[in-house]
Amino acid sequence: MSDITASSIHGGVGAAAGARFHVSGEHHPESGTLLGFWLYLMSDCLVFACLFAAYGVLGRSYAAGPTGADLFDLPMVAVNTSLLLLSSITYGFAVLEMQRRRLRPVLAWLAVTGLLGAGFISLELYEFAHLIHEGAGPQRSAFLSSFFTLVGTHGLHVSFGIVWLITLMVQVGKHGLIAENRRRLMCLSMFWHFLDVVWIGVFTFVYLMGVLP
Amino acid sequence: MNHLDMQSLILGRLTWDAIPFHEPILLATFIGVALGGVALLVALTYFRLWGPLWRDWITSIDHKKIGIMYIVLGLVMLLRGFSDAIMMRAQQAIAFGDAVGFLPPHHYDQVFTAHGVIMIFFVAMPLVTGLMNFVVPLQIGARDVSFPFLNNFSFWMTAFGAGLVMMSLFVGEFARTGWLAYPPLSGIAFSPDVGVDYYIWSLQIAGVGTLLSGVNLIATIVKMRAPGMTLMKMPVFTWTALCTNVLIVAAFPVLTAVLALLSLDRYVGTNFFTNDLGGNAMMYVNLIWIWGHPEVYILVLPAFGIFSEVVATFCGKRLFGYASMVYATVVITILSYLVWLHHFFTMGSGASVNSFFGITTMIISIPTGAKIFNWLFTMYRGRIRFELPMLWTVGFMITFVIGGMTGVLLAVPPADFVLHNSLFLIAHFHNVIIGGVLFGLLAGITYWFPKAFGYKLDPFWGKCSFWFWQIGFFFAFMPLYVLGLMGVTRRLSHFDDPSLQIWFQIAAFGAALIALGILSFIIQLVVSFVRRESLRDTTGDPWNGRTLEWSTASPPPAYNFAFTPLVHDNDAWHDMKANGYVRPLDGFIPIHMPKNTGAGFVIAALSAVCGFALIWHMWLLAGAGFAALLAAVIVHTFNYQRDFHIPADEVVRTEGERTRLLLAGHV
Amino acid sequence: MSAHHADTTAHAAHHGHDDGHESGHSPSTLKGYLTGFVLSVILTAIPFALVMFKAFDNAGTTAAVILAFAAVQIVVHMVYFLHMNGKSEGGWTLLALVFTLMLVVITLSGSLWVMYHLNHNMMPAAATHDMRKMP
Repeated sequence: MSDITASSIHGGVGAAAGARFHVSGEHHPESGTLLGFWLYLMSDCLVFACLFAAYGVLGRSYAAGPTGADLFDLPMVAVNTSLLLLSSITYGFAVLEMQRRRLRPVLAWLAVTGLLGAGFISLELYEFAHLIHEGAGPQRSAFLSSFFTLVGTHGLHVSFGIVWLITLMVQVGKHGLIAENRRRLMCLSMFWHFLDVVWIGVFTFVYLMGVLP
Repeated sequence: MNHLDMQSLILGRLTWDAIPFHEPILLATFIGVALGGVALLVALTYFRLWGPLWRDWITSIDHKKIGIMYIVLGLVMLLRGFSDAIMMRAQQAIAFGDAVGFLPPHHYDQVFTAHGVIMIFFVAMPLVTGLMNFVVPLQIGARDVSFPFLNNFSFWMTAFGAGLVMMSLFVGEFARTGWLAYPPLSGIAFSPDVGVDYYIWSLQIAGVGTLLSGVNLIATIVKMRAPGMTLMKMPVFTWTALCTNVLIVAAFPVLTAVLALLSLDRYVGTNFFTNDLGGNAMMYVNLIWIWGHPEVYILVLPAFGIFSEVVATFCGKRLFGYASMVYATVVITILSYLVWLHHFFTMGSGASVNSFFGITTMIISIPTGAKIFNWLFTMYRGRIRFELPMLWTVGFMITFVIGGMTGVLLAVPPADFVLHNSLFLIAHFHNVIIGGVLFGLLAGITYWFPKAFGYKLDPFWGKCSFWFWQIGFFFAFMPLYVLGLMGVTRRLSHFDDPSLQIWFQIAAFGAALIALGILSFIIQLVVSFVRRESLRDTTGDPWNGRTLEWSTASPPPAYNFAFTPLVHDNDAWHDMKANGYVRPLDGFIPIHMPKNTGAGFVIAALSAVCGFALIWHMWLLAGAGFAALLAAVIVHTFNYQRDFHIPADEVVRTEGERTRLLLAGHV
Repeated sequence: MSAHHADTTAHAAHHGHDDGHESGHSPSTLKGYLTGFVLSVILTAIPFALVMFKAFDNAGTTAAVILAFAAVQIVVHMVYFLHMNGKSEGGWTLLALVFTLMLVVITLSGSLWVMYHLNHNMMPAAATHDMRKMP
């Protein structure tokens, strides 16, 4: 429609060429939200890479203090790992319900995910408190500094994720599964799964290898 | 006792001692700044500018306005960073033998630290980010960036980071560790005062802004290019912007992590970089340079992009070797991650490690060399117009190449063992940063100024500025190469050998010339504003440009393009002009735009409050600030009404205004 | 897919506001999540068992094996939970991931290599003595 108007008034050589150089209707560029959030996650990956590198370099500097073998409670770590892995699958169920546009099941699965995440954090806080009580706090040695920082940073991320999850639950409850909320749920989904990926690195590199001589 | 506890609970370690009443230079500066600040506030109130300032600038999510604000920030901070430079040159020119100069070491150390921090983080980065912000959406035919709110927020984080550094002048002091704050000196044992904390928090806050800006521009370039603009049809400046922002997203997390580890050592007593209990200070050096080397490429790649645009435009020719320029840029991006150890060859990693990094450092000079050849080949048989941007470009080619060559010299580990941390190193990096980054930014500012403001910059004062900078640079830094080769170490405030003095005096003369260069630039801005009608650009294309930004009005309307362009070839605007493009005069429709918001400013301000509180150990305020910050972010996410439509008749009016201007220009 | 139909009918009026079904995002499926979950459980249980029951005498072998399991499980998470594929966002998602992984490898191996050499050359006592016996 609009390009007919342009060419009919300005007929002649330029007209056809003029329409060739612009989009006459409304042009909506693609949403960059999911890509942008993925890029942010990649940057977060590099933060963790630095913390892993610090742990890799300093992780055997016990300063004559306790070692991983002395301190790590592998059964508890296994429980923690299961909680986090389960929370990943429950978030997956929330996404499936989101795809079917079923509001209440989405909220229910999100709530379960949040509770599992809270369980993970509680166990971790218990572990930290216990270590500090035993004199194995982050100030004791470079090994413990890097342990607390790496595991603690992961825990902080999970905590922020839970805050975000609660906020999203309120927003989804309020506005429903509109496009904007679905985008946000997908971003949190990426965040949550990414944290599980980092945890794979943590339990392998820190706990399992930390126990080995 | 109660009173004291209350005071330390609320005020932390902040006391009246923090204000430098007994330091005359600082006191004088403070009075000057206070008077100037008050005058500014009075003027804003008298001319009733608070409303427009808040509505049109502070809360603006328009990439053009944000770009201009970044550049204003960078130029203002240039004055502060340069004052530090003048103080150093003056001190080093006079402090020989019995003469101690006017800056005791305690003060001198803060000056060189602040100089480095400010110039890299608060001059070069904002100027580069500002230009990319302003130009890239226009070059790709977009209306704004992918995340306009985040863009505004990023700017305010950078600005408040700069604010914290400036505060350290008047409340407390700054770090005395050099711009990278190596531990153990920067650890709590050897720097227990607030200086390093100011350093950490201003950089962490600004760093968040920079990282988000990186994500923003990558998403913009990937997702928002006009139809038909494939990657290999993008302007070269957009390519370099893409690679720069990839470097930002890939490098800044490392800085965030390292500074976080340092702050844990200082605040919690961990042992990452301490001398005992297993700490390893070299790990800091290692990690910070994994960030630091990509950082210098973040600074220089946009400059290379600017030169590509300027050379093509002012030689009236398509850029020679577009594909090789792109590949060279991508290769530099990847290789910049494989050279970092050349910053600490002397720390003892041994021959095998040193040779690996020495070789990679030499390899990375090759793609840069390829770019220089491409620019020269573009100039060959071109119709060269020596407008100001071209002058800066030629100055760059000569100056930067010299700096690059001294870099390749330093890349040889045995040579570096002699020259590491000498004045030769200082001369080298100033050579490439001034010759490359600064000349590039001034070329870019001069080139795109008419687009942003509707009138060109005055050429006479611009030429004065250029010649003072060019000649001043040589006088200021060539002596430093000589001194470095003779073995003089960096960061010294006093010397015993009087035979060195003449070189420092020549360098001080060079600094004075550069001061005249900066003064000329300021005069240029003022004179251009006064004479703006005679310098007016009515067509939107004052240089006969080749890329899409020149198809818009000067300045462009808020929506940039009434209709999204359709691209067919490289140098899209040149292609349009050559193939009978006719500007559409009607058929305008309402345009979907994002709304302004104050949330970015508020959240950034709360971050700064939090940072200040942490610096001074005001734990209550820090906690409250952080909680408020979190609340503000959450509240902002509840805002779902973030956009509006510009009505069609407003577009009609704006475009009609431009038609009038174009016709008037033709007469 | 049924989910896709629901999307188009409910939101026919909205263009350009997809929920991630644009640019190659494939919708999640129950089968995908369950497969990923079961694989992850197995790939977690085995390393834990290997370490807790001291399956190998050589610590180095154990380390190498559990690291390999971790790498595989990360890929499982990427594919089944994060839906990593070459089409998402026109291939940019995968490109960003590959680039990031490259940098992670450089950062980790580069730091370990450099720091090992620095420690070995500059703190020879530290490298050779058992740190558990050091003050």
